[in-house]
Amino acid sequence: MTNLILLIPVALFLGGLGLLAFIWALRHNQFEDLDGAAVRILEDDEDELVDEKQ
Amino acid sequence: MAEVGARNEVWTREVAPGILHMDLVAPGIHCAGCVSRIEKGLAPLPAVTRARVNLSTKRIGIDWRRGETDADALIEAVRDLGFEARPYDSGQSGAAEREASGRRLLRSMAVAGFAAANIMLLSVSVWAGAEGATRDLFHWLSAMIALPTIAYAGRPFFDSAWTAIKARSLNMDVPISLAVLLAAAMSLAETMRGAEHAYFDAAVMLLFFLLVGRYLDHMMRARAQSAVTQLLALSATGATAIDADGTRRARPVSDIEPGMLVVVTAGERVPVDGDVIDGSSDLDRSMVTGEATPEAVSPGQTVHAGTLNLTGPLTIRVTAAGEDTFLAEIVRLMEGAEHSKGRYVRLADRAARLYAPSVHVLAAFTFLGWLAWTGGDWHLSLLIAISTLIITCPCALGLAVPAVQIVASGVLFRRGILVKDGAALEKLGQIDTVVFDKTGTLTMGEPRLTGPAVVDTSDLAVAAGLAQGSNHPLSKAMAAEAIAKGVIPAAVSDITEVAGCGLEGTLQGRRVRLGRPSWCDPLNESPDGMTLSLQLGDRVAVTFQFVDQLRPDVPKTIEELRRRGIRPEILSGDAAGAVETVADELAITRYRSAQTPQEKLIYIDRLAAEGRRVLMVGDGINDAPALAAGHASMAPAGASDIGRTAADLVFTGESLLPVVQGVDVARSSNRLVTQNFGLATTYNLIAIPIAVLGFVTPLVAAVAMSASSIIVTGNALRLRWIKLAEPSASQTINGERPATEPAKQVAA
Repeated sequence: MTNLILLIPVALFLGGLGLLAFIWALRHNQFEDLDGAAVRILEDDEDELVDEKQ
Repeated sequence: MAEVGARNEVWTREVAPGILHMDLVAPGIHCAGCVSRIEKGLAPLPAVTRARVNLSTKRIGIDWRRGETDADALIEAVRDLGFEARPYDSGQSGAAEREASGRRLLRSMAVAGFAAANIMLLSVSVWAGAEGATRDLFHWLSAMIALPTIAYAGRPFFDSAWTAIKARSLNMDVPISLAVLLAAAMSLAETMRGAEHAYFDAAVMLLFFLLVGRYLDHMMRARAQSAVTQLLALSATGATAIDADGTRRARPVSDIEPGMLVVVTAGERVPVDGDVIDGSSDLDRSMVTGEATPEAVSPGQTVHAGTLNLTGPLTIRVTAAGEDTFLAEIVRLMEGAEHSKGRYVRLADRAARLYAPSVHVLAAFTFLGWLAWTGGDWHLSLLIAISTLIITCPCALGLAVPAVQIVASGVLFRRGILVKDGAALEKLGQIDTVVFDKTGTLTMGEPRLTGPAVVDTSDLAVAAGLAQGSNHPLSKAMAAEAIAKGVIPAAVSDITEVAGCGLEGTLQGRRVRLGRPSWCDPLNESPDGMTLSLQLGDRVAVTFQFVDQLRPDVPKTIEELRRRGIRPEILSGDAAGAVETVADELAITRYRSAQTPQEKLIYIDRLAAEGRRVLMVGDGINDAPALAAGHASMAPAGASDIGRTAADLVFTGESLLPVVQGVDVARSSNRLVTQNFGLATTYNLIAIPIAVLGFVTPLVAAVAMSASSIIVTGNALRLRWIKLAEPSASQTINGERPATEPAKQVAA
């Protein structure tokens, strides 16, 4: 019984953390552009862009 | 430019002090290269603080410092990078609302999923044999998770059920809401008593499954809508007005008033109804009347919005604006058509109208039966009656329709067919008659050279040399023929386009002409129509004949439709002869020609009155009322804006075969929906006796509900392997019909 009192809040807390992370991501538009995220990794770094300009 | 700049300023909003933000739609964005080209092209602009491309929605978000640049300059900057862009109107067709409701559903789903998993964890321990104080603790914990979850995640269902009850009708959400609320209330009462069974897991799991179904349904609509918005963005129109002082200025069509002067250059669409006061040209009226043959106009004649100006610049005095235009008349007809059609009741709601009363009556009888049997033990009777409601709750029914329709619309989406919503798919599966418009639907709306059978290569070279610079569809067909035959166009000099007549030039000191037979040879009595004469010096060398070419796969489409027991018909605004030729070629016996938009609408209504379920396939402005009136409707992507908006489905590509593919998928999807209803009914037939007899425990409810949902979803997935008639190989890779009009430039 005593271990339950410890473990259940832990389980709920961890699950809740996942839920909050998801809702945070949703609020911050992380799911707005799933296709874009996949292609952006192919882009060159910002630094190189500066070099090109010079 | 200042006044014009103000017009796009409405789409901006202040996101931080002194920082303005604007969203643009640019349908041309399609790859990583486009993303970096736009972002790296905009970022160096001194005023721009942030530029970000969204590849999924094909939108560009730009932030800039107020006063240092303006919305118009930024749109121009994006155009200079090679992307046609237009401000994104989030208010248009409720796009912002749809996005917000999608997010709300997703959040509800996440909360319900989290709660269902944790409650299930606790419930499994109870089922495994937790007793006494431990069981009570677990029930209380479950209650603490479940009750706020139900209050939050159940909102979409409660709201919809309440709306239905207020309107004195029943939908699927009424039994769902009732079951969830009763289950929660009963479980809470049982928990307070310290009893053995609580149904918190069932209530929350039910919500989670149903929210999945609801979100699938939403996703399907959002995907199609965003695709349609992009199509509309491609054809945004403005008008070039001449002010009192003679300066020309681009204005949005909504700013144009009767009496104003508007200039329409060759290749542009006429933006408003009006009278020609200067210039002469040929007009392609196929979008407005269905006539394939261009018509010559000169000062004094009336032109309608939506016609395409082909050969010369026209100055038009606006006669009608807003409510008085031809387009407004079409919109009125459409509204009337939608009104008279009545509201279509979706399959799920039709099932609910049978289902909800029967389970509620059943639960009531269960309660009364147990009350009589136990001699007044109302507590036990109520418990069993509520558990009957929980187990018969239409969990599988809630998934039965959206699961199938999202798979179906995905199958069609991959073939370039956009389905606007689930109801459209249901209706498409029920049709028994297809009514085709001719010009632009059965045909490409682009003529092709068909005669004479033998053409002298040197004549063709001269004709192509004259034709290659012109926008006229017959000239384009002439030039295309020369390219196809490998003939090098002759070097004709001093080419002038005589609007309404043809082209004139000089070749080796001789005057050469390509144009209307009556212009080249005044003695020629034959009708002008789809013919061009080539005149070399004083002699007419040859008269070319053209035919508006059928789309690829048209005969195959008609044959496949007939094989499915669907009757094809043609309803065209074009002249009798042209319609008859096409009808004969396709062996279609029921056809009508020279139809006005009103007549088309009346004919569709008459077919409906005869009990036929009509699929209208059309593209023009004149087809829009008929599209709205049809039981279901389809339009090609090249259709007029209003046609695309009115149609339930839009197909890309040249082939007409998407009509057959759409019908096949829709029929299969309706079949699967019916099967799923059958499966859900079977499940109920097994579950109801168990529940009525009082053997249902929370464990039985959880297993039964999950199993039926999984079976129904699995059945829906079978649609992925459907075999469809595929278009012939001539289809272009990206499925887009080549543009028939040059990209419009906004006049400065």
